[in-house]
Amino acid sequence: MASLKDLRNRIASVKATQKITKAMQMVAAAKLRRAQEAAEAARPYAERMSVVLANVAGSIAGTDAPPLMAGTGKDEVHLLVVCTAERGLCGSFNSQIARLAREHVRGLLAGGKKVKILCVGKKGYDILRRDFSELIIDRVDLREVKQLGFSNADAIAKKVIGLFEEGQFDVCTLFYSRFQSVISQVPTAQQIIPASVPEAEAESGGAVYEYEPDAASILADLIPRNITVQIFRALLENAAGEMGAKMTAMDNATRNAGEMIDKLTITYNRQRQAQITKELIEIISGAEAL
Amino acid sequence: MAKAFKFELVSPERLLLSEEVVEVVISGTEGEMTVMADHAPTMTSIKPGIITAVRPGGEREQFVVFGGFADITPEGCRLLAESATRVADLDRNDLLRRIEAVRAEIEGARDHETRSRAEEFLGQLTTLEGTLLPA
Repeated sequence: MASLKDLRNRIASVKATQKITKAMQMVAAAKLRRAQEAAEAARPYAERMSVVLANVAGSIAGTDAPPLMAGTGKDEVHLLVVCTAERGLCGSFNSQIARLAREHVRGLLAGGKKVKILCVGKKGYDILRRDFSELIIDRVDLREVKQLGFSNADAIAKKVIGLFEEGQFDVCTLFYSRFQSVISQVPTAQQIIPASVPEAEAESGGAVYEYEPDAASILADLIPRNITVQIFRALLENAAGEMGAKMTAMDNATRNAGEMIDKLTITYNRQRQAQITKELIEIISGAEAL
Repeated sequence: MAKAFKFELVSPERLLLSEEVVEVVISGTEGEMTVMADHAPTMTSIKPGIITAVRPGGEREQFVVFGGFADITPEGCRLLAESATRVADLDRNDLLRRIEAVRAEIEGARDHETRSRAEEFLGQLTTLEGTLLPA
């Protein structure tokens, strides 16, 4: 049985922890708002990009499509870009993404394909390293980044496209967590190379576009940019999701700490009472003996 | 009065402008062009330069863009910029940093094609620097 002093110390330490988790929850809430704003601000660009891409792609015959869109015609080597958070303490956020990626890798390996992994974010690297350390070809560290910018996504996209041009892989899939709401983030796998092009809408009234320079070179320029946009979106959704998950996790932690304090306080009071009773009995029985 | 049309300037990070304008000057890769209402559907890539939008009242607004695309239809014009800022907000150091980055890229270019592309980009950037920031 712990002594009263031990219990007091224990309560004090749980209280300190509760204060920390409470503060972390509030920080996460503030960051979540900012991350959500960033994700929303990026949406118009992505939407318009897909409209433009659909228009251009629709006007080009399938034969002379650039390789990034058509693929290499093979399905042998897969590159998985796994985007996770840089920090933990956000519930099952990172492990969910990693689990989806791991299942995907197992499936591909079982199918006799080759797999390469590019990790974005430290946590995913830490988890996947345990099982597939020989498959990880590179990792991108975004720990120093305070505010995610388009240039961060651009650097990753350049790396991926560079590998593709060297013929290092045939299919590229992006893993990230889709931000559905503060309490729900859905791990998602999305194929980015060969690019799937949205169907063209008849928005421009089927008018024939003039291209400057020609359509093929515009498309060749557009597709890498579209890949960047998709990676950027994944990073932003991840950032928002991470903060949402962290907020929920820290809220739970704060509540658990509260429960623990209540329980410890009850034990403490009972013990104190027991001790007082014991002392009283000792005094009374001492007085009776006289 | 010229007819107004919808002009949208979007960068990956945010929507910079979305309003009715009468005239937009775009620095296309094939040369500068002015877009007005009922323009033929055109898609053009953009080189680093200045975009000028003229509001119906004749008020002008200028932006610096670093590459991108313009999607022009008779109803409007959408400009997808790789990166864009208002001329007033442009940071000289940012521009110089970009130029430095491209110089480094030229140094590290592996093949002729990427090198010449980077050199072209550098040329466009330095021209832009010259017009924007008289020494």
